[in-house]
Amino acid sequence: MSIFDLFRPRPKNTAKLAKERLLIIVAQERGAHSAPDFLPLLKRELLEVIRKYVNVDPDAVQVNVRSDGDQELLELSVTLPDKA
Amino acid sequence: MGEIIVVTSGKGGVGKTTTSASLACGFAKRGKKTVVVDFDIGLRNLDLIMGCERRVVYDFVNVINGDCTLKQALIKDKRFDNLAVLAASQTKDKDALTQEGVAKIIDDLKAEFDIVICDSPAGIERGAFFAMYFADRAVVVVNPEVSSVRDSDRVLGIMASKSRRAEQGLTAVKEHLLLTRYSADRVEKGDMMSIADVEEILGVKVIGVIPEAPEVLSASNSGVPVILDEQADAGLAYTDAVARLLGEERPMRFVEPKRKGFFQRMFGG
Repeated sequence: MSIFDLFRPRPKNTAKLAKERLLIIVAQERGAHSAPDFLPLLKRELLEVIRKYVNVDPDAVQVNVRSDGDQELLELSVTLPDKA
Repeated sequence: MGEIIVVTSGKGGVGKTTTSASLACGFAKRGKKTVVVDFDIGLRNLDLIMGCERRVVYDFVNVINGDCTLKQALIKDKRFDNLAVLAASQTKDKDALTQEGVAKIIDDLKAEFDIVICDSPAGIERGAFFAMYFADRAVVVVNPEVSSVRDSDRVLGIMASKSRRAEQGLTAVKEHLLLTRYSADRVEKGDMMSIADVEEILGVKVIGVIPEAPEVLSASNSGVPVILDEQADAGLAYTDAVARLLGEERPMRFVEPKRKGFFQRMFGG
């Protein structure tokens, strides 16, 4: 930095910002890409089956894979509509 | 049996071919019988960086198609007896590479050479896939910059799940990062991510740090891999990286900001 720089506004620490953004996006993408390829199709077919019996929203069916120790868990959650 | 090392990155323009050429020369200099293979089908460039572009007669796809033998397609380096180059084809046919064809070439090279370096194209398409599929080790070239780091993570993920080692349930591909275009001055100012930052984000250790330097461009201009420039920091940094890949301990050099004189500090520059 020279004495002339004193009169210029200092840029923020952008490296730190880059790191924070990357830590978040990389964690998110690792989760998404490590999921098995059949997941979207499984979700679609499950939705069709459930809809035969209950009229649910497409968003009401959540299918996730997460690891717990050495085990992989397939989580299925279906939100049923309110009884109106 | 030789070891297969893929030089990859995901993102283009980060220095894969420069790195492949320098590592190949470095291993040859250390007495290893080495071959470096260009997987960038359609966009041949390794030959230019190696300085053998006018001696390419046959290429990778010619060998796959049986137009010539593997031996005929290998270009002997003029500087090292124990170094050869296999050029990429310039065909526009995207399906020129077949799994069996590539597997046969890789196995033959592995039987003949100590080190087989696979120079991957950018992206995650066919050429890049085959470059990494057979690897025992991976050198992921990364610039300390957001898009390069993100793409590196994708490539690491693909390698962990889709490589031959992963498919056959063998020990995983050994992963290393090689940071290029590193500027210690900019890291100190907070404009560039540090070695530790990149290691933390990707969860892989750095095997070498190549400083941003004008000699890298001069080296490719003249077709002499920068590792052969013993005056250049970048060349010495590649020499260190080769030593580390061979299992030696070397402290990282050129990762501290250059100390400036009084006038430079006062008046900039």
